[in-house]
Amino acid sequence: MDQHLLSAGDLTRDDALLLLDTAEEMRSLSDRPIKKLPTLRGRTVVNLFFEDSTRTRISFELAAKRLSADVINFAAKGSSLSKGESLKDTALTLQAMGADAVVVRHHASGAPHRLAHSAWTSGSVVNAGDGTHEHPTQALLDAFTMRRHLGALEGRHVAVVGDVLHSRVARSNALLLSTLGAQVTLVSPPTLLPVGVEAWPVEVSYDLDAVLPKVDAVMMLRVQAERMDAAFFPSAREYSRRYGLDLRRMNLLPDHALVLHPGPMNRGMEITADVADAARSVIVEQVSNGVATRMAVLYLLLSGAAPALAADDPEGPT
Amino acid sequence: MSSYLIRGARLLGAEPTDLLLRDGSVQAIGRDVDPVAATVVDAHGLVALPGLVDLHTHLREPGREDAETVRSGTAAAARGGFTAVHAMANTDPVADTAGVVEQVWRLGREAGHSEVRPVGAVTVGLRGERLAELGAMAESAAGVRVFSDDGVCVSDAVLMRRALEYVKALDGVVAQHAQEPRLTEGAQMNEGGLSGVLGLQGWPAVAEESIIARDCLLAAHVGSRLHICHVSTAGSVEIVRWAKSKGWDVTAEVTPHHLLLTDELARTYDPIFKVNPPLRSADDVEALREGLADATIDAVATDHAPHPVEEKDCEWAAAAFGMLGLETALSVVQQAMVDTGLLDWAGVADRMSARPAVIGRVAGHGRPLAVGEPANLVLYDPSATGVVRPSGSASLSRNTPYAGLTLPGRVVATFLHGRPTVLDGALR
Repeated sequence: MDQHLLSAGDLTRDDALLLLDTAEEMRSLSDRPIKKLPTLRGRTVVNLFFEDSTRTRISFELAAKRLSADVINFAAKGSSLSKGESLKDTALTLQAMGADAVVVRHHASGAPHRLAHSAWTSGSVVNAGDGTHEHPTQALLDAFTMRRHLGALEGRHVAVVGDVLHSRVARSNALLLSTLGAQVTLVSPPTLLPVGVEAWPVEVSYDLDAVLPKVDAVMMLRVQAERMDAAFFPSAREYSRRYGLDLRRMNLLPDHALVLHPGPMNRGMEITADVADAARSVIVEQVSNGVATRMAVLYLLLSGAAPALAADDPEGPT
Repeated sequence: MSSYLIRGARLLGAEPTDLLLRDGSVQAIGRDVDPVAATVVDAHGLVALPGLVDLHTHLREPGREDAETVRSGTAAAARGGFTAVHAMANTDPVADTAGVVEQVWRLGREAGHSEVRPVGAVTVGLRGERLAELGAMAESAAGVRVFSDDGVCVSDAVLMRRALEYVKALDGVVAQHAQEPRLTEGAQMNEGGLSGVLGLQGWPAVAEESIIARDCLLAAHVGSRLHICHVSTAGSVEIVRWAKSKGWDVTAEVTPHHLLLTDELARTYDPIFKVNPPLRSADDVEALREGLADATIDAVATDHAPHPVEEKDCEWAAAAFGMLGLETALSVVQQAMVDTGLLDWAGVADRMSARPAVIGRVAGHGRPLAVGEPANLVLYDPSATGVVRPSGSASLSRNTPYAGLTLPGRVVATFLHGRPTVLDGALR
């Protein structure tokens, strides 16, 4: 594996499978009375969040703590970030404090890439969501969740539905799922698809009803109502009617098919409450799988295959 | 006044000959020039071109003297072979009054590195609401002929029509920054396959092309002169070609960076490559080169846009738009146009000196290298190569997109009114 996790597209099939297998081991830990591993003792993981995201930050924090790392949360509110300190100065400060890994959430696409390729920090950079670019750990936890229910994802068919244009979750999922050999169909109104999507390793459809009977899982993306003001669609109600997942549509799915959502949900907008709470919905499970997946990411980046890091690790790779 | 005898220069790339510069003009050309009391400049192997004229330079003064001053910017111009530059109006205060344009013009005279022709704003404060006092700027000592809200598009069709009509009385031209504002809100890079992958908001070609089409039609309707700043798309070239085929008085410029670089560079997320208009696709680059070769595009203009380090040393979205261009322009044009066989040196002189001087109504520049003409010229070594080093720039800023790149050619000397502003590659 690379020193950083910036894009799901950087992962080879072997990398991705190693991560998912490792996550499986990590998940088994949560069934034990002592849920902690000593692996990252003495290592420092910084959660650098330029954008509010309580659930992702808590998930990373818990993952690092279960690996015995020291965790520092650096959030935009109540720190120098809200006073306008630059990404560069923040990174230099964290570097001076000896961060081994920086988990970064930023509103600007490419900010983690910038951090990783600058001289501002030497630690591993984990992209925890950047602008409208990518969210690779979300894609990993989604794949992990689907794999637990469906087995190997090779040859499986996943629909990703909604605001693909602005969704970092959609980008990372399209890349990772195709690396794992799954077929992806993006379903969206044409206004919410990026220009050039025909070059992505996916199918595209405007018709949700036609796609649902053919898929093994459907992933509903959060749609922000304010997109309506920018004329991406006429009204929230029309969006729901054409692209929302309600009970009638859910019943078009094959019996074994799963319903996923990266959260937070707009109940009544892209997904109805009865579908969100249905038996085939794995939305809550996605959250708990997030911790195991992020443990696997931190574990492999900090004590795994990266030789530069392994060399000065007194405990060596475990 | 001192005299210079330039020995063995290839005028526009032709056979070597000698040039005698005296009293600010070219006094003699040929092998039998009497060298009495002249400083001899060995120019064997060098190409002589008329001094370059830039239609599009940001000198940043007044207001952003941390990025560039008239003195430092014109020093960079001289190093690049330019003898005249058009200083864009988006300063602070905006160059929208006779007072500001005269100040910029005077600072240029005091620095002495190149002639400075201030561009006047079309609208007060570049706000696109009402016309600035174009007549006062035209009649000022600065003698403004080019008017532009560059950086901002004059998007209001009525205001643009009025500006085009009004400058007819001034022998002026409106230089439009073609960017439909609603189509480019928040835009970060060329809209294409890559913008979707990188999650950077797209800047569609149509945002540029629709304004160019509209303004060509407006210019034709009111019978005025229109200049299009920094065209960047294949579609823009086609529209300008069509407008010219109608006989309309439309001219256009292209930047060196749009002739060489593509949007693929955005993959680095390094905002050194962030520029307005954005870097486009390889197909666009190809069309721009062809357009410049067949003179659909009249001129190369640098859009030299200095920015202090902190405005580029950050994430892409937070960074400023723009890149340096004066010192590398001729080298980039050599690589993109001459070494590819698309233009000869006479063509380079036409697109980088003669035509821009006519568009900007710059007297004494862009003239042929002939006896009796003003001695504004550049000596250029096309056989040299060099690695671009930002620290070597005469600009106060360092935001060159070519850092580390090997480019052909080197400006050896620049003469302004018969006096060297650059000699042996160094400022005088």
